[in-house]
Amino acid sequence: MEGTGQTKSEGEKNTRTIAVGTIARVEGEGALRVTVKDGRVQDVELKIFEPPRFFEAFLQGRHYDEVPDIVARICGICPVAYQMSAVHAIEQIFGLHVDGALRDLRRVIYCGEWIESHALHVFMLQAPDFLGYESGIAMAKDHASLVTRGLRLKKAGNAIMTLLGGRSVHPVSVKVGGFSRVPFRRELEGLRDELLWARDAAVETVRWVAGFEYPEFTPDYTCVALRHPDEYPFNKGRIVAGTGLDISVDEFERHFSEHQVSYSNALHCTLQGAPYLVGPLARVNLNHDRLPQAVMRVLADTGLSLPLRNPFHGIVARSIEILYALEESLRLIDRYESPSAPSLPVTVRAGTGIACTEAPRGILYHRYRVDGDGVIREAKIVPPTSQNQGRIEQDLRLFLPRVLDRSNEEAALACERVIRCYDPCISCATHFLKLDMTQDA
Amino acid sequence: MPKCDAEKNQPKLGVFKFTSCDGCQLSLLNLEDDLLALGQALDIAYFPEASSKMNPGPYDLALVEGAITTEEDAHRIRSVREQTKVLVTIGACATSGGIQALRNWADVDSFKQVVYPSPHYIHSLKTSTPISEHVHVDFELWGCPIDKGQLLRVITDLLAGVQPQVPVESVCLECKRRGNVCVMVAKGLACLGPVTRAGCGAICPSMGRDCYGCFGPTEGARKGPGFPPNTTSLANYFHSGLQLIPVDVLRRFRGINGYASSFKQESERWDKKT
Repeated sequence: MEGTGQTKSEGEKNTRTIAVGTIARVEGEGALRVTVKDGRVQDVELKIFEPPRFFEAFLQGRHYDEVPDIVARICGICPVAYQMSAVHAIEQIFGLHVDGALRDLRRVIYCGEWIESHALHVFMLQAPDFLGYESGIAMAKDHASLVTRGLRLKKAGNAIMTLLGGRSVHPVSVKVGGFSRVPFRRELEGLRDELLWARDAAVETVRWVAGFEYPEFTPDYTCVALRHPDEYPFNKGRIVAGTGLDISVDEFERHFSEHQVSYSNALHCTLQGAPYLVGPLARVNLNHDRLPQAVMRVLADTGLSLPLRNPFHGIVARSIEILYALEESLRLIDRYESPSAPSLPVTVRAGTGIACTEAPRGILYHRYRVDGDGVIREAKIVPPTSQNQGRIEQDLRLFLPRVLDRSNEEAALACERVIRCYDPCISCATHFLKLDMTQDA
Repeated sequence: MPKCDAEKNQPKLGVFKFTSCDGCQLSLLNLEDDLLALGQALDIAYFPEASSKMNPGPYDLALVEGAITTEEDAHRIRSVREQTKVLVTIGACATSGGIQALRNWADVDSFKQVVYPSPHYIHSLKTSTPISEHVHVDFELWGCPIDKGQLLRVITDLLAGVQPQVPVESVCLECKRRGNVCVMVAKGLACLGPVTRAGCGAICPSMGRDCYGCFGPTEGARKGPGFPPNTTSLANYFHSGLQLIPVDVLRRFRGINGYASSFKQESERWDKKT
């Protein structure tokens, strides 16, 4: 039970170790170890000691219709993302095209998850760093109305997920072909008033976070996100990168590869050997021309220019996406008419299917091989946090020189703030990990 | 059962995570309307997912999420127990071993090879076990995830010095109260509702699908009063009435709470028939 900012000095001369025993306000368990020798940063290891969770192995031998219930359990914060990537991949095998109102409903439930997940991070996990508190709950003592607004925004996202999915953590209705139940129009309309309040609150939130004091820090990023011809991406699109890469989702494994490092239970993913960034900042940078004008105006009013290159501005991108998700869900609710059936009929056939969707923290890749009985024979899952891990380590390397004159404890706290910019979901990344805590002296 | 000191101004709360998805801790944060009041009633001394403040024990109340899957964690839970007056497990992983217990019927070394290119870096136990196999647990809250209303009730009961109680009847009763049409009778779905404990509000049948047992078996399956649910009768009906082949019957019981004893026994009975 090592605490935040616990540091230790090494016995060896001129060598100093900055360590964070347990990174606070992230989902899952991780630690950081930095070695500095003769004033220069030697090693930066983001250690994920969350135990390995073997989901890809659990999926083998299970029936395809159990997959949404199983993969949801990879992450309590973003279960819909796992369900969406899974059902899209399996629908590809069965030749199903989910369109119209069913597709809209999938976007709406995804909006709910973005709102819930982003609001949690903005208000309860990251804002305390900028305002100088240990937690959102502690922040509420001085900023009750702000925290209350954040919790109500989060609740609005949860309300969408609960209506469409039965509950917000591990929703139950998502299935291959559609949903087990779809709402009546009047049920969705019942959300409208709260979503309208939330939209105004989201505009306020963008203004609020844009006014924070940010360190000058602009590393050179490669952003990666989905891109769709007309939409801000959720479930569909090609994979594009700031490098000019533009590939179909099927080509992911030819360009991106996962590799293992000895100190972490999460695999690292690289694009042609180099780290890259996924998530809200990457999405806004690559897809801002797909945002509605109303959202773009709010972004323009902040005075920030695109592309956003400071990772600390992730909180702005996340707030912009809360606003977008509210605009989008309101738009889709207004045009909703109940589909004739909650799901399409399924004909099982053998094959391999691939899908990639935009989880709150970035692209989430799934590949499944299914046999003629509908049984999963092979599964591969690449979560966003294992993609960002290399990028986080590089940012820490770049950021560390400016805090080396501080005490170990202060330097460790500064590193934790950098890590939190990415909203890492460590539970997700451990298909996933256990770290060897080498505390060599 | 030991009591939290209700007279104490702010009893100390610790929230501890083991192998899990964070969903049950999130259920605590999802108490949006009551979270700030909870923060006043309790001293949230250790809750790394939500706070940088990580104060050492002793704790009046520990909420424990997740199963035990590593040697280190088997030691850590003993240390948590030593520092804690009332220990409550939250969720399927902590209470029955959860979905991670699927490894208990498999070869973990081969799992490592499926997931990791260099399996020798990975340290993990061959089993995923509930907290109660390692230390004494004062109260178990079932669910994957737990129901946040039940969580709030358990916390407030404990703060008031009252023995917490949650319903131990089956999901069928919640379904009837909600006025649902039975999905097993009407649609022929292999619903686990008759053997699964209530608490979720019969979410799955209300959403037009079969219950998949995420609140665990009804009372008696692990300990306490009552009898184990009649899983055998239900499993036989899945097979002879609903025409499920043995491996499908097995999969029904070997899921989110597959390592809870009555579900475990039932799946192993069908394992012999596949």
